[in-house]
Formats: sequence, structure tokens, C-alpha cells
Amino acid sequence: MNTEEYLALDFKDNMVLHPESRREFLKRLGGGIFIFVSLGDLALAQEAGRQRRGGGTPADFNAFLRIGEDGRVTCFTGKIEMGQGPITSLPQMLAEELEVPLDSVDIVMGDTDRCPWDMGTFGSMTTRSFGPALLAAAAEARTVLMELAAQALQVPQEWLVAKDGLIFDGRNKDVRRTYGELAKGKKIERHLQGKPSLKDVAKYSVVGKPLGRRDGRDKVTGKAQYAGDVREPGMLYAKLLRPPAHGAKLKNVDTAPAKAIAGVQVVQDGDLMAVLHELPDVAELALAKVKAEFDLPATGVDDKTIFDHLLKTNPQGRAVAEGGDLAEGRKLASKTFEQTYLNSYVAHAAMETHSALAKVEGDKATIWASTQNPFGAQNEIAQAIGLPAQNVRVITPFVGGGFGGKTRNTQAVEAARLSKAVGKPVQVVWSRAEEFFYDTFRPAAIVKISSGIDGGGKVVLWDYDVLYAGERGAAQFYAIPNHRTTARPSGWQGPPGSHPFATGAWRAPGNNTNTFARESQIDIMAVATGMDPVEFRLKNLSDLRMIRVLKAAAERFGWTPAKPPSKRGYGVACGMDAGTWVAMIIEAEVDAKKGTVQVKRVVCAQDMGLVVNPEGAKMQVEGCATMGMGYALTEEVHFKDGRVLDTNFDTYELPRFSWVPKIETVLIDAKDSPSQGGGEPAIILMGAVIANAIYDRTGARLFQLPMTPERILAAIQKV
Amino acid sequence: MADPISFKLNDKPVRLNIDGDRALLWVLRADMGLTGTKFGCGEGHCGVCTVLVDGVAVRSCLHQVKDVTGKEVVTIEGLEKDGKLHPIQKAFLANDALQCGFCTPGMILTAFGLLRENPSPTREQIIRGMEQSLCRCGAHTRIIDAIQTAAAEMKGVR
Repeated sequence: MNTEEYLALDFKDNMVLHPESRREFLKRLGGGIFIFVSLGDLALAQEAGRQRRGGGTPADFNAFLRIGEDGRVTCFTGKIEMGQGPITSLPQMLAEELEVPLDSVDIVMGDTDRCPWDMGTFGSMTTRSFGPALLAAAAEARTVLMELAAQALQVPQEWLVAKDGLIFDGRNKDVRRTYGELAKGKKIERHLQGKPSLKDVAKYSVVGKPLGRRDGRDKVTGKAQYAGDVREPGMLYAKLLRPPAHGAKLKNVDTAPAKAIAGVQVVQDGDLMAVLHELPDVAELALAKVKAEFDLPATGVDDKTIFDHLLKTNPQGRAVAEGGDLAEGRKLASKTFEQTYLNSYVAHAAMETHSALAKVEGDKATIWASTQNPFGAQNEIAQAIGLPAQNVRVITPFVGGGFGGKTRNTQAVEAARLSKAVGKPVQVVWSRAEEFFYDTFRPAAIVKISSGIDGGGKVVLWDYDVLYAGERGAAQFYAIPNHRTTARPSGWQGPPGSHPFATGAWRAPGNNTNTFARESQIDIMAVATGMDPVEFRLKNLSDLRMIRVLKAAAERFGWTPAKPPSKRGYGVACGMDAGTWVAMIIEAEVDAKKGTVQVKRVVCAQDMGLVVNPEGAKMQVEGCATMGMGYALTEEVHFKDGRVLDTNFDTYELPRFSWVPKIETVLIDAKDSPSQGGGEPAIILMGAVIANAIYDRTGARLFQLPMTPERILAAIQKV
Repeated sequence: MADPISFKLNDKPVRLNIDGDRALLWVLRADMGLTGTKFGCGEGHCGVCTVLVDGVAVRSCLHQVKDVTGKEVVTIEGLEKDGKLHPIQKAFLANDALQCGFCTPGMILTAFGLLRENPSPTREQIIRGMEQSLCRCGAHTRIIDAIQTAAAEMKGVR
């Protein structure tokens, strides 16, 4: 994720330096060894770059860990757990670097009072960006412990060995101290100076081992708490009056029938109108009794006309990548291909709807929120209720799925405003309809490609114009001499007047659209040359890591070359996301009468650098492949005149058990390169592999996502 | 208000003076504090609110509390006995059959209902039995594996 993309996330400047509350917090923590790492200390350009734009290098620290007097190690991180697995992989990294048993590591996540500032959990940044800071803190902690041990044991440091939470004299193991003993009675604060000396990757014994989820037990017993599960004495549940359409204006409202229900409280605060009750279902009932009339907009824009509407808006953009000379490319090309690819709005549809419980008391507020960016939420809430940010504490319990959708914190702001208004804790849990209505959808987008090949099957021309999906994943990575990629606009939020509702980051934002278009176009050219699509890609690739993942996928799949349509239903695609190289090959069956697709087998090869938790990485690939079938085949937000017509899972179809293929993951051994993202890369390929498999099976080419039965049948008709 | 509503909840008798038309889901979550039963869609489409009523998996968002009168309700909190996980819970752990965990209680209890009816299901029968339960993270293959593991472990013994 680059800086532009971060900026597109629309974060407020972060005013997060609260030295007073930090000092209080440290006092409360008692004795031990405390290690702080600031991003300024490390070359973590991406997050640090964003911070500088937000107003100067922060004096705050970014990674923080404590070794307690009981020997337990606690990692404090502003990252959150929404299923992607850092609750397991971060302690794994810490245990490795600090030489402690994994079960002595605790992790505190997403609590703005206790954790160092963090921009948010998205962009597959946790391992590749926060990870190095955590490793540095652990290395520094080890250094401190070594110094203490040398003093306590009267042994020169070079003879000391750290292992399993102990430091001992390498010549006599009985001369030793536990980390707890070394930390006892101490209050040492260390800020990392200079470059930490990290453990040699070759000596890793914890990182790289497949580990089960550390949150598993709480999640299978119902103990795991999500924001909507938090209870406070005297709390009320709120339901808010919502407009029927985006752009609708409230004309008049009659709340008397709601007020007639015992215990119902009505709050009107500016644009906010809510009914509250001590039972959530009674609040819902009361809301249904509120009579409201709205002026409705008639925009004439719906899910069919949207592409014309978006083209008319004609957003400005910028060149993302350029090389050679397009005119020269046109001259060299013996065949050219002009295509337009479309994709619809897609919802995040996490199983947990946006939820928050807020307790505003005097000049202090505590909010438990389902959020991907607790520190962003803290600022939004502080502004909304007129408190300084340091008086607002956001706590993030487990998040029931995010996928980019929980970076807006509207529900937390609503809960805080209502709690302030009624002087009691207030919980807001969005209904599924509210979730669909206020989601920041993956934008509908258009990609236009003009490409050409020479007589030898080399791609010599690539002119790529992406509208509304943004630049992530837009730049092609083939060895094409004459190419240009333009992204209009560069992020995923369109200019005013473009999208009829909010759009935002959706798991690997932009890249799903871009990879669908690029890899479909590559396949079309392979077909035109009469070449096998894997062979055609290999012929046009020079990126060694891409070649390696493609070959690895082909080998595992048992690929045998053939010219599409081979009737086998094989589809292949390559992509890059979050620093990771990924290639996928699938086998799919197409019902030519019904227009339905059954993906039977998925093989995904991924080079993500050093893999911290291979089991976690595999889980993410499986999640990507499964979730990705949704945007490829069924998921599409229906709307008209500002109304979102999908309000639940009856019309908005998520992937189900019967869809799920056999999924095989090949993780390339790349220990010597830094860890990259794993939560998103594989999902970018799902549109293209399925489109290419449909072509290979039927000879029908699909140019629009999702590839619904209707569109597939229409394409088959044209064959 | 009508007569109190009595039923067994996680092995303990309860007697509630509440409106019997209320959805079981909200009674469990708000009145009883059993928040392991989740709200996902409110219309019976997703299955995250699934509980057992006399051993049958039902959607608590569509189930009125008066309909459980005299019956046995088990929520995810009641599946663990004396600190020992139920074989289905163990199998979900062993197979890492979850990510965000929000659908997990409903998945486990739906699987419980499925295995009660059919102790040795085929893979296809598991898929059919779980089809109406939604998971957004994409843990499906592992959930199927977990149910197979649990079925083998339980061998028809509940």
C-alpha cells in the first residue's frame, strides 16, 4: 500500500501524543523492563511517511513491550484481530527474537490508552510493517537483559546465552537468571537507539512453524467478546432513524407512537434521531413505530446505468507507470486488442455488523468498537463529542471481520453522541440493512485496455486506463517494451458526483479489478497467438519471482499445455499485492444451460518472503479463494435512485459451503527476503482465473464482474 | 403480562417474566447475558444466531421465546462440560476452522444438530447440512474437515 492509498483512506490528522496519560499508564503497570521503538528509529518509510504528512515526526512510540517481574512478556500493539491472525503471528515473532517460550507472551491489541499509536489494520501491513518494529523492540529487550545478567552473574556478556526465558553462562548452565528475576524490582525504560542487532533468520525455531490460532479456544466456547457483546450497568440499546435512500431529506417525523412504549427514550441531536431502550428488541420495535417522511432524490442512476454515469464524470488521474513509446508499440504490433472490463459495487458484508458501546461520563469517554483503526475512531469520537482526544479511550475487542469495511467508525461516533446525550452507556449495533446501506462499497469500475502482440507472440504494446478502481495493482509486470498505465482517480474514492454512496477499501482495494482486467487481456492475447496461457505468460515475463510462483503453481496443478478453449475448464492468472507474488490455477465446471460455475480445484503459489506462520498464511489463501469467488460470481450491490436494494443475504449472495473447491497452497521458501502481506494477495486473482476457466471450458469470454448466470449465458450465446 | 416462561438453559432451569413474543436471540443476549449467540442478519439467512432447542439447531433470531417453554435450550456457552470441550469444539480448534470467529458458535451448533441426525455424514451431506450457514472469512474447507474429524471422534456417541 503506498502513501497515496493511505491518504485516500481519509484519516484525520493524528493528534495522538498524550504524554501525561502514557506516564500514568506506565506507572500503573508497575515494575519491569519497558522497551519503546519509534518508527523514526527504523526505515519503515510507509507508515512513517504518512505520519510526517500528518504533522511532524511523532514523539510517540510505535512498538512497545514489557518484561514483567513475573517473567511474562507483553506486547502492546495498536493493530487489531479481525480473523487475519496477528494474535498468533506477532507473539510468535516476539518469542523468537526475545528467546522466550511462546506461552509466556501476552498481547494487548487496539486499546488507545495502552497501545502505541497505529494507523490502522489494513493493507496487509501488520507483519511487514509493524513486524520489524516489534522485532527491533524484542532485540533491544534482549540486549537489556544481557546487560542485567552480566552484572548480576558477574559473567562477561559474550559468554552468556539467552534461551527459553533464561540467561545462562554458556560454560556452566547453573549460573543463570530468569527474565523475571532480572526484571524484578526494576523500572527500566529503554528507547531503541540506532539499528537493533537481530537474530539470524537461519537460527529461527519458532517463526516459520505452523501454529494454531491462539484465540481459538475463546472463539469455540463463546467467550470471545466482540463490541456488541460488551455490557455495562445501566446501558441502553439504540436504534437510529435512517433515510430510505442516500440523498433523502427528512421532511417531518412523529415519534409519539414510539414514546408511548414504556421505557423508550427518544433522542434528537442535530442529524441524529434515535430511540433507546434497555432491551435491544424493544428499541427496534419502537423505531418501527416512528413515522417519518422523506423527500426522495430521483437521480436516475442505478446498477445498470452506473457505468455511463461514471464515464460521464470523467475523473482526472495520473500515469502510474510508463515505458518505451506507445506509437512504436502500435507499429510493432501485428495484432491489437481493444477491450473494456467492468465490475460492480461489492459489499464488505462481514458477519459482524458495525457495533459499539460508548460510555461518556463527564469529560471522559470509553468506547468499545468494532474498528480496524481504533486511533482514527478516537479522533472522530473526540471531535464529535467535544472532548480532547486523550480523554477518549477506544478499546477494540475481537472484530468479527473487517476486509476494509471497518475503517469508518460512524457507529462508534453515534454511540458516543447518544451516550453523551442520555448520560448512560449506549450500544449501537447496526442491522444488516444498515450495514448494506452505510457500507463503503468497493467501487464500480471500468478498465480500458489497448494491447498488441508481434508475430512471435511477444506483447509489444500495453495502454491501460483504469477508472475508479485506483492504482493498486494497476501497473503491469510483464516485460512489455511500450506501456502506459493511467489510474483515474488514483484512489478508490471517486470525485464528487460520481458514486451514489460511499466507497472505500475492500480487501486488496483496486487490485481485484485491475488483476481481472489485466489477466483476462493476457489470456485473450494468448488465445490469439494459439499459445498455451501459462507458456504465453512465461514467454512475456522477466520477473524471476513471478516466474517462480507461476511455475510452482503449474507444477503442483499438473499443468499440461493446450490451446484454449481446451474444454478442460482450466484458468490461470498472476498478480502482485502487498509485496507478495502470487499465481493461481483453477479447474472449473460450467453448466452451459444454467450459466452457473463450480470451481473444483484451486492451486495457489505465493512468494511472500519469510513466512511467519505457514498455517496462518494458508488459512488466508483459503479465505481469499473462497471470499473471492463471491465478487467473481454473484456479489453485486443493486441500487436505484440512492436506495440500496440489497438489505440482507437473501439477495446479496455470499459464497457458501457448496461452492468451495479443493484449495492447495504452495508457499515458496523465501526466508532471506522480508515478510510480506498475506491477507489479501490471493483474492486478487479470483475474477481472472474464473473468467479464464470459463473461456477454456466454453469459449465464452466474460468482461464484467460478477459473472452471473445471466452474463455467462449471454456470453455463451455469442460463441 | 402472561405467565412466566420456563425452560432449561444450558442445563439450568430458568423462569422468566417476559413477553413471550420476543425473539429468543435477544432474550439470550440481553436478558441472560449469553453473548456467544451472535446477531448477524435478523432474518434467518446467516445462521450465526443458531442455538439448540431439544438438540435441534434453530435460528434464535426467528424463534420466539414462548416456543421454548418446557424445552432444553443449549447455547455455545453450554457445550463445554466441566472444563472439557465438546468433540466438535475440539475439532474446530484442531482444524483451525475459524478466523474472525463470529460465525463459529453458530457453525458448531449447526454441526451438532447435523451430527445428531446423521452421526456419520459424507462430505456432501455435511456441505448440504451447512449450506445455509454463512462464513465471510472463508473458513469453509476447514469447517467441513472439522465436522468430519468430530464425527469420527464421536462415532455416533453424543
